[in-house]
Amino acid sequence: MSAHRADTVEVAIPDSVQSDLRHGRASMVNRFFQWAATFSGTLILLTLAAVTAFLVLEAMPAFTTPTDELAHDVSWYTEAGFFAYVGPLVFGTLLAALIALIVGTPLAIGIGLFISHYAPRRLAQGLGYLVDLLAAIPSVVYGLWGAMVLAPAIVPVQDFLSTYLGWIPLFAGPPSTPARTAFTAGLVLAVMILPIVTAVCREVFLQTPRLHEEAALALGATKLELISTAVLPFARGGIVSGAMLGLGRALGETMAVLLILSPGATYSLFILQAGKHQTIAANIAAQFPEANTSGVSLLIATGLVLFLITLVVNMIARWIVARRAEFSGAN
Amino acid sequence: MAVVQDTKLAVELSSAGTSAGRRWADRAMTGLVVLAFLIALIPLVSVSWTVIVRGIGRLTPYFLSVSMRGVYGGMDAGGIYHAIMGTLIITLLATLISVPIGLMTAIYLVEYGKGPLARWVTFFVDVMTGIPSIVAGLFAYALFALILGPGIRSGFVGAVALSVLMIPVVVRSCEEMLRLVPNELREASYALGVPKWLTVVRIVLRTAIAGITTGVMLSIARVIGETAPLLLVAGQTDSINLNPFSGRMMTLPVYIYSQYRQGLVPCAADATDCIATINYDRAWAAALTLIIIVMGLNLIARLISRLFSPKTGK
Repeated sequence: MSAHRADTVEVAIPDSVQSDLRHGRASMVNRFFQWAATFSGTLILLTLAAVTAFLVLEAMPAFTTPTDELAHDVSWYTEAGFFAYVGPLVFGTLLAALIALIVGTPLAIGIGLFISHYAPRRLAQGLGYLVDLLAAIPSVVYGLWGAMVLAPAIVPVQDFLSTYLGWIPLFAGPPSTPARTAFTAGLVLAVMILPIVTAVCREVFLQTPRLHEEAALALGATKLELISTAVLPFARGGIVSGAMLGLGRALGETMAVLLILSPGATYSLFILQAGKHQTIAANIAAQFPEANTSGVSLLIATGLVLFLITLVVNMIARWIVARRAEFSGAN
Repeated sequence: MAVVQDTKLAVELSSAGTSAGRRWADRAMTGLVVLAFLIALIPLVSVSWTVIVRGIGRLTPYFLSVSMRGVYGGMDAGGIYHAIMGTLIITLLATLISVPIGLMTAIYLVEYGKGPLARWVTFFVDVMTGIPSIVAGLFAYALFALILGPGIRSGFVGAVALSVLMIPVVVRSCEEMLRLVPNELREASYALGVPKWLTVVRIVLRTAIAGITTGVMLSIARVIGETAPLLLVAGQTDSINLNPFSGRMMTLPVYIYSQYRQGLVPCAADATDCIATINYDRAWAAALTLIIIVMGLNLIARLISRLFSPKTGK
């Protein structure tokens, strides 16, 4: 009986494979294939380790060379040392990214709600695609647009803010014309992170358990109350992680900032004034092409700082997503 | 669909008995949400409009077919042939590096991956997605500077930098597509005695090929507009360079940036062959070209996924 069954199985095997099996080649190929797949997976880990290792290696001279020697070699570096150099850059990076986050997140939540709960079902997908189109525009084009269209156009808004809200240090004047300021750069960054934050928000809004929504409606909730009692509490983790992903994007964005912002190295809160801020990424792009060996290793050291900041932000975001997936009732 | 209509009905019924304050708040919220969406459309419309209006005038066959060699001042000449070739070569190389690694990693995660290694790979693919593009450029530079000495600039280094950005995107999309292949197909194949590797190649990959192609196209669309890493490691040049292993190589995004940086040209009042805004004009025309390429890739990707994706039960 069992022999008979084995016969029928053998008949079903394709000829080419059968010959492979007979010569033991299949198992070898099999093992090779598995090995190749595993190797590729491991390569990702190796790459990330290599990114860190090479950056550290190339950045080492920036820390081991005496400061006065570096300051002598590199025109834009002073004897105050590395942390005095990178400090304002970190501040500028965080400032621009925070402006982007503060402007972008509420917008993204609104758009997500519009697509998931307000827009007519039939249109929703197409409208969502429109927002995704924002992600298809290259960053250098955003930079070009920001520098040549938005910077002149935003001047009245800056004037308005500094006239009526000038008592807040953030908006203290005089506002610069054209607006090559952290404010403009932050706005463009907000537009650039909109697609990813919106995508995450939309997904979690759509995952709201049907029963929660129906329960809210059964209690007589209006749409606003439905959103605030059922949708938003469920989506809180998702919104936070989406915002963190957007923050990661905004921190590392180079070209838009490089083209728009008129650079400066201060810890200034005045976001309407040009020549006060610069971000790490834009600074690297601006200085790298002309830098000598010492300059390059200094810039790589600042790149390492940026890498660490985005790494931490992204890890926190992923951690929130993972935790949410484990504990939410969605699955 | 019937459920959705019920919900709508329920909303209408419930708002019939609500107080004016609550109804007002509800309307205000609706207004805000619609407003948020409209605000998001402003930059999209403005960017597209500006790029088209300012770029279309200079986007001629001549502009696409010449380089910038020997072009200076406000000359009404010069084009982006060298930049287009550079972008194509570097992107092609990056694709050749990223797709095999990314696809094999996805196969590993879906078909083989178990235990801590698979978890680590998944986690770090996510982390890699968040590497800033400029850091990828620095990495490629650091890697090749150690091997070939400092000051290295070439198309290939640029391709390596782009690969660092591209691999995680390829892994993510391929993984998603491979997971969509029904397990029954794999089991049917095993039941016929087909070895695992052949099952993966002939059954799983063949079923998912449309989705994988779409994913690859989208990842190409994502890196083709990258500027910062190429600015660092591929450099800039005015001439045509088709050899990615030696010499600087211009790319479209870097071209846009370098033209913008050159700014306005001071023209003599009586000069006839001098256009003050020539650099900006070229930048906008190149931006239009780049956007057309990116949108074209996106469109093709979506068409492929719509036309060739296997019909599922849904």
